Amino acid sequence: MTTPYTPYTPNTDADRQAMLKAIGVSSVADLFQDIPAAYRRPPLDLPSPLSELELRRELEALAAQNRHAGMGPSFLGAGAYNHFVPAVSQAIISRGEFLTAYTPYQAEVSQGTLQVTYELQSLTCQLLDMEVANAGMYEGASALAEAALMACRVTHRYRVAYRDTLSPAYRAVVATYTAPHGIGLYPVGPRDALKPDTACLIVQHPNFFGYLEDLAILGKTAHDAGALLVVSADPTAAALFKAPGGYGADIVTAEGQPLGIPLSFGGPYIGLFTCKSQYLRQMPGRIVGRTVDTQGRTAYVLTLQTREQHIRRERATSNICTSEALLGLMVVVYLATLGKQGLRQVAELGYHKAHYAASLIGKLPGYNLPIQGTFFQEFAVQCPRPPREINAALLERGIIGGLDISDAYPNGMLLCVTEMNTREEIEALVKGLAEIAGE
Amino acid sequence: MTQDQDPRSLATPDRQLLMDRSVPGRRGVRLPDLDVPAEPLPDASLLRDDLPLPELSQPEVVRYFTRLSQLNYSIDTQFYPLGSCTMKYNPKINDQVASLPGMANLHPLAPPEAAQGALKLMHRLQTYLCEASGMSAASLATLAGAQGELAGVLMIRAYHRSRDDAARRVMLIPDSAHGTNPASAAMAGFEVVSIPSDSRGNMDLAALRKAAGPGLAGLMLTLPSTLGLFETSILEVCEAVHHAGGLVYGDGANMNALLGQAKFGDLGFDVIHINLHKTFSTPHGGGGPGAGPVCAGPRLAPFLPAPVVEEDASTSSGSYRLATPPQSIGKVGAFHGNFGVLVRAYAYIRSLGGEGLRAVSEDAVLNANYLQARLRDDYDLACERLCMHEVVLSANRQKKQGVKGLDIAKRLLDYGFHAPTMYFPLIVDEALMIEPTETESKETLDAFADAMLSIAKEAEETPDVVRNAPHTTSVSRLDEARAARQPDLRWRPRPLG
Repeated sequence: MTTPYTPYTPNTDADRQAMLKAIGVSSVADLFQDIPAAYRRPPLDLPSPLSELELRRELEALAAQNRHAGMGPSFLGAGAYNHFVPAVSQAIISRGEFLTAYTPYQAEVSQGTLQVTYELQSLTCQLLDMEVANAGMYEGASALAEAALMACRVTHRYRVAYRDTLSPAYRAVVATYTAPHGIGLYPVGPRDALKPDTACLIVQHPNFFGYLEDLAILGKTAHDAGALLVVSADPTAAALFKAPGGYGADIVTAEGQPLGIPLSFGGPYIGLFTCKSQYLRQMPGRIVGRTVDTQGRTAYVLTLQTREQHIRRERATSNICTSEALLGLMVVVYLATLGKQGLRQVAELGYHKAHYAASLIGKLPGYNLPIQGTFFQEFAVQCPRPPREINAALLERGIIGGLDISDAYPNGMLLCVTEMNTREEIEALVKGLAEIAGE
Repeated sequence: MTQDQDPRSLATPDRQLLMDRSVPGRRGVRLPDLDVPAEPLPDASLLRDDLPLPELSQPEVVRYFTRLSQLNYSIDTQFYPLGSCTMKYNPKINDQVASLPGMANLHPLAPPEAAQGALKLMHRLQTYLCEASGMSAASLATLAGAQGELAGVLMIRAYHRSRDDAARRVMLIPDSAHGTNPASAAMAGFEVVSIPSDSRGNMDLAALRKAAGPGLAGLMLTLPSTLGLFETSILEVCEAVHHAGGLVYGDGANMNALLGQAKFGDLGFDVIHINLHKTFSTPHGGGGPGAGPVCAGPRLAPFLPAPVVEEDASTSSGSYRLATPPQSIGKVGAFHGNFGVLVRAYAYIRSLGGEGLRAVSEDAVLNANYLQARLRDDYDLACERLCMHEVVLSANRQKKQGVKGLDIAKRLLDYGFHAPTMYFPLIVDEALMIEPTETESKETLDAFADAMLSIAKEAEETPDVVRNAPHTTSVSRLDEARAARQPDLRWRPRPLG
């Protein structure tokens, strides 16, 4: 029997015969004899194989059915942000030595990945003004959910409060993770006291609508009640505004996507996870430490692994195994390339452009800005018509509008403006909104 | 060096960190000037005063990371037989198509009419994974294998609760299981009960039947097992769990052995997860990103995590949308899954087709058995039988000569091979778990086997060479105790003086 050709498998039929002989069986089928006979070799009804050329054409055709953020003005944010990624990033992450390695179990031949992870931990701490960081979580929402579980472990309490300006998607993920443990979730307003036995107060900063929260007051509310302050941060905002660590936050998580990771329809991203060092041993996820080798040379290694599932099994701090290492590399390359001045500039560009857009939209008949306060690069707008209709009309003009948040504000739309949006794009949006209001 | 000495004083220039390389005023990229009127910044009390990030020029950045990359072993540079990780070749075309602007620049909240290509791809991938696993519905939302496990056991929890049967709190897990299984079960609120393995590496069926009482919620089973063996009593195992009112969760980490050979759904599994970064060839990235889609049988399909992609039958042209299954356990991430990984897995399946995928499992199992045949005279086998996609050896014989499994793993690095998985599964002394995958040639397998035989000889004749390995890598063995005892987990400014 001739095995079908695939470009990724080197064995020839002659190789297979030689190997079968060495094993002492007569056919490959003999190797599968432990499978119950009636269940062996079921039909596999999948499309016929494509050549690489055909495959590329098919994927190009699928990609062409997506209207992506590079095709024209786009004002979507709400947890995933369209930022400029320098060419350096693709060049570095395409290196097979990074791309096709795995978890650095063998530290002697994984120093590249390990040192990059140590850099990630360092830069994450510096950006968020926190004491310790892990190597990364799946993404922002599940990182926040793990922070809530960690706060319960630290405080031995089983209630979690969240500011009601938290992203609905993040709230949903926190609910999925906390429900099995009987942890009660409840929302609080800006000045509400916490219920007794609350493990933590979760605050998104800037919040889901793009506005700064009063972390000083919320931190006091949490700490006065013996609860931890857990902040879900926007890492770009931390380059412009005082970082969460400066407000005494106990655990700070962030979606790392804004730091040089493509939108990619929602993933893969990376969750950044930091805490005060006193809580280090309750932290989930991988951690890399600096040490020396037998000859005293600096080297890096996975450490504090007794927290983790492969050692502690059902008593581990989490089941997480990955650290989204390649995304961590992208974050480190981005921060190294933009640097101290570049990241601040990105944050300021977003701030000024968003405020320019908001000032023009706020003056349009029928539109208003329902939230008072300081915002970063996103803001809520109340529209004269349902946002769904407005977005459809904008799309006809080649513009992707904002997120429909009419469940939070009547006819509400959440608009995001970053350094990617030019003045012409912002003015085209404003012109479109004005026209659509009168249609 | 003394314990107190700052290790960075011994760092070679290559190993200096970004902050130590930073020179004020350097920048790696130019950004556009502000093209709108500037808005006054808010009160200074709200603003950041210092941002301690590195300052480097672009050539410095590129050289730093390129040099670091050269300190890694990887599939692209070395044979990487890390057991249970399925380190197969990652086709380059898959990276290329995932980077198409229509894929990489698509916003997750783009309206469905602006994302039909992405949704169609996801819908097809759901269908392909169901066909490959014999299950009836899939969710691509779970972001890694361990999250797929968590979602799967949360579905079992939700199922029992939906039937007012919430007292079922026991999750059975074989003692050979990966650590994520008990950790996931605990995260889902279950009580973990371990089931022993028998001498042939199968689950102890009598122990399973005894443990399957009225409190049974389910069983988490990896197939083939972490011993690289197919559970020969699989039908009886599923039957025993179902008979006691439990459900069977399949950890698909080792599905590379089963492509086109057997289907989880046919065998009686109720829910499984699949590691796209293993079986479906997406790159491991140094430890992520992966993706762990969950596939369910009819009983558990309504509980799948959100979102799933549905085809809208009401339109003739066929349109796709995100939907929440009726009794969903909820969301596990902010968006819809690791889409960039899904694109690569889709491309892999399309490039091989059904017959190609079956050829993958055949060569993967053939290669593992060939290595077993070449090594069995010089190393002990964990189980004396044909293996599936990986072979588990024990270095017990070498240990008597004073050479541990760890030493053999480290010595392999000197021979230019990545080490196998060590000391796992936990039930095998001095375990070395070797998974060659189908993408390695016989020449490579022979070179690896020759190295293993040479090391076995060294263990007899010159054991110190093995005990002190590696000798050729950029660093030698690390002081792990120091790393754990004096945690140094981030850069800090160099102390003055």
